[in-house]
Amino acid sequence: MEVHRHLDEELDALRASVLRLGGEAEAALIKTMRALTERDTEAAREVLEHDDEIDQLEVAVDRQCIDIFALRQPAARDLRFVLAVAKMAPVLERIADHASNIARGAIDLNQEPEPKDYSRLRKMGEIASEMLAASLDAFSKNDAAAARAVIKRDAEINDLHNQIFHELIEMMTEEPSTATRNARLLFVAKHLERIGDYVTDICELTVYMAEAAIIKHIH
Amino acid sequence: MSTSTPLTAPKFEVKSRAALIESATKIAVGGLNFYYGRTEALQNISINIPERMVMAFIGPSGCGKTTFLRTLNRMNDVIPGTRVEGSVLLDGQDIYAPGSDVVELRRKVGMVFQKSNPFPKSIFDNVAYGLRINRLSDSKSELSDRVEQALRDAALWSEVKDRLKSSALSLSGGQQQRLCIARALAIRPEVILMDEPASALDPIATSKIEELIVDLKKQYTIVIVTHNMQQAARVSDLTAFFLLGKLIELNTTEKMFTAPTEKMTEDYITGRFG
Repeated sequence: MEVHRHLDEELDALRASVLRLGGEAEAALIKTMRALTERDTEAAREVLEHDDEIDQLEVAVDRQCIDIFALRQPAARDLRFVLAVAKMAPVLERIADHASNIARGAIDLNQEPEPKDYSRLRKMGEIASEMLAASLDAFSKNDAAAARAVIKRDAEINDLHNQIFHELIEMMTEEPSTATRNARLLFVAKHLERIGDYVTDICELTVYMAEAAIIKHIH
Repeated sequence: MSTSTPLTAPKFEVKSRAALIESATKIAVGGLNFYYGRTEALQNISINIPERMVMAFIGPSGCGKTTFLRTLNRMNDVIPGTRVEGSVLLDGQDIYAPGSDVVELRRKVGMVFQKSNPFPKSIFDNVAYGLRINRLSDSKSELSDRVEQALRDAALWSEVKDRLKSSALSLSGGQQQRLCIARALAIRPEVILMDEPASALDPIATSKIEELIVDLKKQYTIVIVTHNMQQAARVSDLTAFFLLGKLIELNTTEKMFTAPTEKMTEDYITGRFG
């Protein structure tokens, strides 16, 4: 059946495109955390320079989805797959945007005295990138159970965010001269917390794709 | 208390299972087998067709969907060597019971075919035909009224009202098909069976037929056989998938096209069949 072999090829190409976008978002996140915690301003600039390319990848995925919807009218599992990808692409692009925002923060922070301790932010970044990698893995394997397991980890990021938030507020109160720097760190923590939420969205889309179950807003 | 529509209320009709549960069964088929000579064309079909809904039958050529449609008003009776087992209850009455009145059955269960088949008569006479032979109108004016109403119900009146005496064969393909629907509606059936009613029509004429189907279900129970899966998705509340003479899956159309239960259905719907 020639027609459907072409559809399979198009679906494979779409899968490859969205995984490439995901891989780029993941790389941006890892690099931006290195830029921050190792005070590597050059790495931060590279993240910012690369963001346009990631935006273009999102547009390319959008176009592929539109073409498949318009020309192939996918149904059942194909429909769920293309719909999941169409909703996932902007989420991945937003993750890369957060990585860029962290990079901007890192450039400013690297010009100031080094904070005492980056360990918690580093931990948040590690969990976020592990979650992102696992979410993309679950998506590529159509594995709803793995996606659900990733969603559970968002609580770890939220806990760390709360701890960091309270610590930084306390430091800003006790030592107002640190306010500028700590406000920047607060934003970094918030960006990482949001990335955790976006990874959750990706996992929810994988569950929808695999099981046709809509689980958002209920877990 | 506010009576405003909730923000989440969809603007289109959602074909929900709840609505189906509320709908009474119009036709109940139980354990139906159908044979062409020794060949078993349908195996153990059991299905409830709810009233005032549209049910679509889909499946590859030769899967038995048209044969099954034709068992619902005994159209297969005219084919020699055929045999039916099981029951088909229309409003609880078995249409295959001895002594069952086939003419009355076909008055209640009308049919529209793939190829429009108007009689070589005027537009008016085509629609009036069933009324005349069944003696369903008492006067000329009543006959005219019922012809007009049928043509209106078939969304054809405005296009033909000034040329009712013209030959039906002068109409376009889409108009001829709507004329056949008007002819079926004129005798006020309860169920309308449609066998690929739009397969020979262009997209505009197809769209008119589909709008008509959605409109007609307010009054009629409609069963449609179609090869066009997008058409089944657009017009039906329920979809039944047939394969090799068996009913593989019956589901709400929305579920059928987003997340079918059976792998065979999924393979067919996504074009990976065979």
